[in-house]
Amino acid sequence: MKASGELVCSDLTKVYGGRRRALSSVSLAVPTHGIFTLIGRNGAGKTTLTRILATLLEPTSGTAEIDGLDVMADAKMLRERIAVVPQEGRTVAWMTPVETVTAYMLWRGYGYGESKKKAAEALARVGIEKYATTLNRLLSGGIKRKVLVAMVLASEADIIFLDEPSTGLDPVSRRELWSVLIELGRERFVFLTTHYLEEAEHVSDRIGILEAGRLLSMGTLDELRREMRFGYSLVLPRGDPGPASFAGEKYTRRDGRTQLLTTEDEALATTRRLVDQGLQFSLNPVTLDDIFNYVLARGKSKGEDS
Amino acid sequence: MGRTTSQLLASILVNAVYAMKNYPAILVSTVLSPLSFLVLITFASGGSLFADAIEGGLIMTMFNSGTALQSDLTHLKNDFRIQDMVVGSPTRAGVYVAGMTISELIYSSPAIVILAVLFYFFIHASPLQVAVIVAVMGLMFLSSVALGFLLATISSDIIQSYAFTRLLSMLFSTIPPVYYPITYIPLPWRYLAYLSPTTYASEIAQNAAGLIKQPETSIELAWIVLILVTVAFTVLSLTKARWREK
Repeated sequence: MKASGELVCSDLTKVYGGRRRALSSVSLAVPTHGIFTLIGRNGAGKTTLTRILATLLEPTSGTAEIDGLDVMADAKMLRERIAVVPQEGRTVAWMTPVETVTAYMLWRGYGYGESKKKAAEALARVGIEKYATTLNRLLSGGIKRKVLVAMVLASEADIIFLDEPSTGLDPVSRRELWSVLIELGRERFVFLTTHYLEEAEHVSDRIGILEAGRLLSMGTLDELRREMRFGYSLVLPRGDPGPASFAGEKYTRRDGRTQLLTTEDEALATTRRLVDQGLQFSLNPVTLDDIFNYVLARGKSKGEDS
Repeated sequence: MGRTTSQLLASILVNAVYAMKNYPAILVSTVLSPLSFLVLITFASGGSLFADAIEGGLIMTMFNSGTALQSDLTHLKNDFRIQDMVVGSPTRAGVYVAGMTISELIYSSPAIVILAVLFYFFIHASPLQVAVIVAVMGLMFLSSVALGFLLATISSDIIQSYAFTRLLSMLFSTIPPVYYPITYIPLPWRYLAYLSPTTYASEIAQNAAGLIKQPETSIELAWIVLILVTVAFTVLSLTKARWREK
C-alpha cells in the first residue's frame, strides 16, 4: 500500500503532569509521501510529537490526522498502517536479527513461515543477511540499528516513524543508514526525527524545525532557503573582516574566519573583489545549518518581542 | 495460523522460547529455585515434609511465574522499547499481555514438569484432589499475573522492577507457610501469615492432598479469600494499566 494524502496537526499541545509544556499549539500539514524530517535541539519536542502521531501518547489538546485517520479516534485502523522505531529502541540481547524481525512480523499478524521469509528478505535488503543468526548482543551499533530498520521494512506499513535512528552511529554506519532511509522513502511515507542537520539535508523531502515545543518553520530545503532573507553563504579568507556595511549578516566562525550570509548581488560583488586580489574563499547556497541557526535566532527574538 | 495466534506466538517466542534456546543456562536456573527449597525443607524435616514441599514448590513456581511478568514487561518496555513498537502495530493490549502471560508459564515449564512428576509419584491424589490443586495453582497464577501487570505499569526501570520481584517473592512465597503446614508457625505469628494469599492456597492444596486436616469452613473461607484477591488484583490492574501513555 502506498500512502497518499496528508498528515495534518491542528493546535497540537502536550503538557506533562500539568506543568511541563512539551508542545505548544503545533499546526502543520505535510503530504504523506517521501521523507519528512523534524529537526530541533534536545528537548525541542520531536519525540513527543512523534509519539502522539504514532498513537503511543495522548495529546493534551488539539487534533492530528494521518490520511484522514484521527490518531485518537481511529488509532485501531491507523495501527494497521504504521510502524514505529522509537527513540532508544534496541534489539533484544538474547535474540538474533532473524528472530527479531520474525517476532515483529508475527506481532503484525503474519503467519510464522511468512514472517521468517519476510525477515530474511528485509535483512538482505539492508545488507546484513550474514549476521542473521548472530546474537544481537554481539553486533555493532550500526548493525543493530539496521535490524530495527529491517523490522519496519519487512512490514506492510506505509507510514513509518523513525525517532532519531542514527543517534550514536559512527559516520560510516550513519551514511549506510541514509541509503536505506532514502530507499524506504521512495516506497512509503517516513516521518523522521534527527538532530544531525547534515542527515536531514541529505535524506529529506521536507523539513520542519521545532524549538521549545513550537514549529518555527517548515518546507522543502529550497523553500526554507527562500524563507531566509539571504540565500548565500560566503566564507572570507583568514584575516579579512569583510565589508563594513553590506546587505546581510556577519558571523565569526569557530576557525576565526568571517562568514557572510548575504544576497546574490552582494555575494557576487564581494567575490569579484576577492578574485581580483587573488584570495581564496568559499561561496555556497546557505546550508540547513545556516537556516537552522537563523530560524532559531528569529524564533528567539520573536519570543522576546512577544 | 490466525492473526491472534501469530501475535500470541510472538510474545511467547520473544519472552520465553528464544531466551531459553539461546541461553540454555536459563533452563537450569528456572528449576533451581523451587527445587532448592524442596530439598532444604525435606532435609530439615527428616523427609516428613517432602509431600508438603512438592506442593509448596508448585504454588511458589506458579506465583513467581506471575510476578516475573512484571519485570519482563518492564524490561521489554523500558530497556528495549519493544512495547512501543507493539503499541504502534496491529497487536491489541490484551493479546500482548496474554502472550506474555503464557510465555511465563513456558519459562517455568521445566520446574512445573519436574514437580508434577514428583507429585504423581509421591502424592497419591485422586482426580478430584488433583483438580482442586490445579484450580488453586491457576488462581495463584492469575492473581500474581494481575499483580505483576499492575506493578509493571508503575515500575519505571529494571532495578525498581527487580526490587518489586524480590519483595513479592519474599512476601508471598518464601516467608508464608507454603512449603510446610501453617501449624508449624506459633500462634501469635500465624495471623501474620494469613496476610498472604499463598497461605490460603497452600492450606487448600495441603488439605486436598490429605497432608493436613482443616475444618470445612476454614477451607471455604480460604477459597473466598483467594477468589477475592484474584478479582481485586485483576480489577486494579485493568483500571490502572494504560496501553497508550497519557
